[in-house]
Amino acid sequence: MNLAAAPHGFLSPTGVEIAFLLVGLVTFGAALVTVTTRQLVHAALWLVVALGGLAVEYLLLTAEFIAWVQVLVYVGAVVVLLLFGLMLTKAPIGRSPDADSGNRWVALTVAAAAAGALVWVVVDAFRTTWIDLDGPPAGTTRVTGESLFRNWVLPFEALSVLLLAALVGAIVLSRKAKADTAGAPGAKEGAR
Amino acid sequence: MHLAYPAVLSALLFCTGLYGVLARRNAILVLMSVELMLNAVNLNLVAFDVWLSRAARDTLHSGQALTLFTVAVAAAEIGIGLAIVLAVYRNRGTSDIDRLRDTAEGHGGDGPDGGTPAAEKAEATA
Amino acid sequence: MTTTTLAVLVPLLPFLGAAAGLLLGRTAPGFVRPLAVLPPLAALVLAALVAVRQGGGQAVDAHTELTPTGSVPIELALHIDGFAALVAVLVAFVASCVQIYSTGYLRDDPRYPSYAALVSLFTSAMLLVVYSGDLIVLLVGWEVMGICSYFLVGHYWETPEARAASLKAFLVTKLGDVPFLIGLFALATEAGSFQITRVLGAVASGGIDHPTVIALLLLAGVAGKSAQFPLHTWLPDAMAGPTPVSALIHAATMVAAGVYFTARLLPLFEASAAAMVVLAVMAAVTMTGSGLAALAQDDIKRVLAYSTIGQLGYMTGALAVGDRGAAVFHLLSHGAFKALLFLAAGVVIHAAGTNSLAAMSRTHGLRDRVPDAYWTMTVALLALAAIPPFSGFFSKESVLGAAEHVTSGHTGQAPGAAGWIVLVAGLLTALLTAAYATRLWLLAFYGRGAEASDHGRQPLTMTVVLWVLAVPSLAFGGLAYRALPGWFDGRDLTPSLLTSILGTGLAVVGGLLTYGVWQRTPAFAARTPLGAVAAHPEGDAGLVEAEAIASHEPAYGSLASAPDPADPGRRLLGPLHRHAAAGFHLDALYAALFVRPVQGGASLVRFLDREVVDTYVRGAAALPRLLGAAVRRAQTGNVQTYVSALLAGTVVLAVAVVLVATGA
Repeated sequence: MNLAAAPHGFLSPTGVEIAFLLVGLVTFGAALVTVTTRQLVHAALWLVVALGGLAVEYLLLTAEFIAWVQVLVYVGAVVVLLLFGLMLTKAPIGRSPDADSGNRWVALTVAAAAAGALVWVVVDAFRTTWIDLDGPPAGTTRVTGESLFRNWVLPFEALSVLLLAALVGAIVLSRKAKADTAGAPGAKEGAR
Repeated sequence: MHLAYPAVLSALLFCTGLYGVLARRNAILVLMSVELMLNAVNLNLVAFDVWLSRAARDTLHSGQALTLFTVAVAAAEIGIGLAIVLAVYRNRGTSDIDRLRDTAEGHGGDGPDGGTPAAEKAEATA
Repeated sequence: MTTTTLAVLVPLLPFLGAAAGLLLGRTAPGFVRPLAVLPPLAALVLAALVAVRQGGGQAVDAHTELTPTGSVPIELALHIDGFAALVAVLVAFVASCVQIYSTGYLRDDPRYPSYAALVSLFTSAMLLVVYSGDLIVLLVGWEVMGICSYFLVGHYWETPEARAASLKAFLVTKLGDVPFLIGLFALATEAGSFQITRVLGAVASGGIDHPTVIALLLLAGVAGKSAQFPLHTWLPDAMAGPTPVSALIHAATMVAAGVYFTARLLPLFEASAAAMVVLAVMAAVTMTGSGLAALAQDDIKRVLAYSTIGQLGYMTGALAVGDRGAAVFHLLSHGAFKALLFLAAGVVIHAAGTNSLAAMSRTHGLRDRVPDAYWTMTVALLALAAIPPFSGFFSKESVLGAAEHVTSGHTGQAPGAAGWIVLVAGLLTALLTAAYATRLWLLAFYGRGAEASDHGRQPLTMTVVLWVLAVPSLAFGGLAYRALPGWFDGRDLTPSLLTSILGTGLAVVGGLLTYGVWQRTPAFAARTPLGAVAAHPEGDAGLVEAEAIASHEPAYGSLASAPDPADPGRRLLGPLHRHAAAGFHLDALYAALFVRPVQGGASLVRFLDREVVDTYVRGAAALPRLLGAAVRRAQTGNVQTYVSALLAGTVVLAVAVVLVATGA
C-alpha cells in the first residue's frame, strides 16, 4: 500500500486508468453480447473481442507475457476449437430463437445477486488500494520465465502430464464416437 | 492504478459468465461462458500479482504462474469438454443441455451416458 | 442286554424305520416294505421280551438328565411297570399287523413310502408315551402322535372330506392339548419334578395343593386324544383316512394314549372327588351318546368309530371308579378286537366297493366273497358286544364289576355317585353296543338283493392278519383275567355274577331286538333301491376306499347316514335317528358356539386391520409422499436448474459470511 503516493483519487484518473476503464467497458460489453446473442457464431466472435480486451488489460497491468499467452491460447486456439465445435454440432447459422433455456430469469437473478455481492465486497475491501505500475514491469517474459522455472518447475511439469492426459482423453472420446458413427451414424442409443 | 478497477471488472465478467452458464441452452455456448468465468479469475490473479509484487515485494509471481496454469488447464478442459459434447451430439442428435434429462425420475431407459457428461460439466463450472 | 436297553430300543426301532423310510422312499423303493414291516415286528419282539423280564414285578426305572434346565429338571426317564409292558406289547402287535396289512391294502398307492414311515413314526411316538417316565418326554410323543394323525387321516388329501377331517382331528386334539400342557406345568411346579414316579410320590404325600384344577386341565387333553365327550367329534370324521390308519388310531395309538395317561396318573385324579365325578359323567355321556350315534351311522367305518368312542367311555368309566387295572384290561382286549374290526371292514369295503351299509344290505352273498373277513368280524363283533367267552366280555365285566364294587361303597378311591353313573351308563351301553354290532353284522353280511360282484381274492397279507388278530379277540380275556392282576394293581378282575348276568342279558336283548326289527325290513328295502359302487373296483383296496368315501355324500346326501327306511337302526331309534346320525348336532353346536364367533372375530379383526389400522398407516405415509412429490418436482434432470440453485445458495452463504465477518 502506497501511502506515500497519496494524491491518488477517483476524480483524478491517470491515463492508464482511463485506458483500462475504456477497454474494460468494451470487454464487459463484448462478454454481455456473448452470453445474450441469439446467433451462436456471433457469440464466438464476440468472445474473441472479450478475450482480446482482456489481453489488452493484461498489457495495461504490465503482465506482458500473460497477454501474449492469452492471445495465443484463447484467441488463437480455444475460440477456433469452439467454432469447430459449433460447426460439428450443426449449430444453426443466423438467429436461433431458442438460444436461451427456460432457466433464463433464474440465471439472471442469480447472476445479478452474485454480481451485486461481489462488487460490493470487492469495492468495500479495495477502496483505498492502488497498484503502483511504475518501476520495472512485473510481468515481462524474463521475469515470468525466471519465476516459472525457478519456483514453479514441478507444477509446470505436472501440468504437462495433465495436458497429455487431456490430449489422450480427447482422442479416446473422439475415436469412440467415430466408431459409433461408422456403425450407426446419428443413432440415438445403444451403439455403445 | 486503483485496484478496484480490475477487481470490479473481474467480478462483472465472472457474473456474466455465470449468467451464460445458467441461461444458455447450447452446450458449446455454455463452454464459452465457462471460458469467460475462467478469464475473469485470470484477470484477478494478474492484477493482484502485480499489486503484491510491488506492495509486498513478492518475487515469486505466484499469481502469474497460476494464471498460466489456469490457461493451460482451461485449454485442456475445453478440449475434453468439446469431445464430450461431440460424443453426446453424435449419440443424441442434440447438444442442448436442457434436453439431456436422463437423471430425472420417470425418464428412465436412455442409459447413463448423455446426462452424465453434462452433469460433470456443470460441476466443473460450479 | 439289560431290560433298560431293550426298552429304549422299542420306541427307537420304529423311529429309525420311519426316518429310513422317509429318506429312502424315493431312491430305493425296494426297501420300503421291509423298512415298514420289520421295525415294528422287532419292536414287538423286544417289547414282549421286556414284558417277560419285567413280569409284572417291580417297576423298571431308569433316568438320565441330558442337561440342567435351571428349574424343574427334564429327564429322559423310563418307567416300565406291568401296565407299560403290556400296553407296549399291544401297540407293537397292532402296529405290526397294520403295517403288514397296509402292504396289501395300499399296494398300488404312490404315497405308500411316506405313509408307512408315518405309521412307524406314529407307533414309535406311542411307544415313547407308554414307556416314558417323564411327563415332558411323554408330551413329545403325545404331540408327535397329533401331527402323525393329521398327516395319516389326510392321506387321501385329494378328497375334501379327508382334508377337512385331518384339520379337524388336529385342531380338536390341539384344543385339548393346550389345557393339557398348562396342567402338566402346574403339576410339575407343585410336585417339583416332571418324573412320574416323583409326581405320584408327591400325590401320595399330599404335596399337590390344587389336584382338582390340575386334574381337570389334564382331563381336557385326555378327552381330546381319547375322543371323549365333548372333544370326540374328530374321531368319526377321521374315518376319511385309510382303514389301517383307523385301526391303528383306534386300537393302539392315539386314543389309547389318553386312557393310558390317566391310568398312569390315576392317584392324582383320585385325589380330587370332583375330577372323578366329572370323569364319570364324561364317560357316561360318551358311552350312551356314542352307542346311539353308532346305531344311526351308514358308513361302516363310522359305526366302528362311534363304537370306539363308546368303548373308550368304558375305559374312562373304569378310571372314574378308580380301577385302572380294569381300564387297561379293556384297553388291551379292545385294542385287539377293534383292530380286527377295522381291518376286516377294510376288506369288506374293498369287496363290496362301497362303505355304505345301506348299499351292502342290498347285495347278496358278500360273506361268501370274503369268508375270512366274515368269520373274523363275527368273532370281533361278539367280543365287542361282550358275549362270553370272547375277550370283550371279560374286560367289560371287569369294568362293570369295578363300578358295582364302588356303588356298594367298599372303596375310598372313588365317590359312590361315580360308581352309579358308570354302572347304569355301562349297562345301557351294553344294550346299545349289542344292537349296533348286530345291525352292522346283519346289514353287511346278510344283505338281500342282487348278487355281490366278484372283485377277486383279497391279498393274503390282509386276510392272514385278520386271523392273527382273531386269536386274541377270541381268547385273550378268558386266558388273561386270572393272570393280569399280578401285572396290575392286584385288584381282582374276575367277572362278578350279578353284572355278568345283567350285562350279557342286556346284550342279548339288544341283539335280538335288532334281529327282530331287521326281519321285518325286507319289504321296505325292496321299495327303495340304493347303492353306489366305486368306479375302480379292480384297484387296490386303498383306492376303492378313497372313492367310496368321496362318493358317499353325493350318493346319499350325507357323510354319516343314508336315507334307508329298511335300516333297523332307524326303526329302533325312531325320531331320535335324525339327531343320532348327526352326532347329536354337536358339530353344529360347535360351529355356532366356537367357529362362528371366531370367524366373526376374525372378520372384525380384518376390518379393524384393513380399515382402521391401515388408515393410520396410509395417513402416516401420506405426508412423506406429499413431501416426496414436492421434492421430486424439483428434480427435473435439468442440470442448469441444479447449478442455479447451488449458486444461489452459495451467494446467500457468502453474503451471510461477509455480514457475520464484518459484524453488520
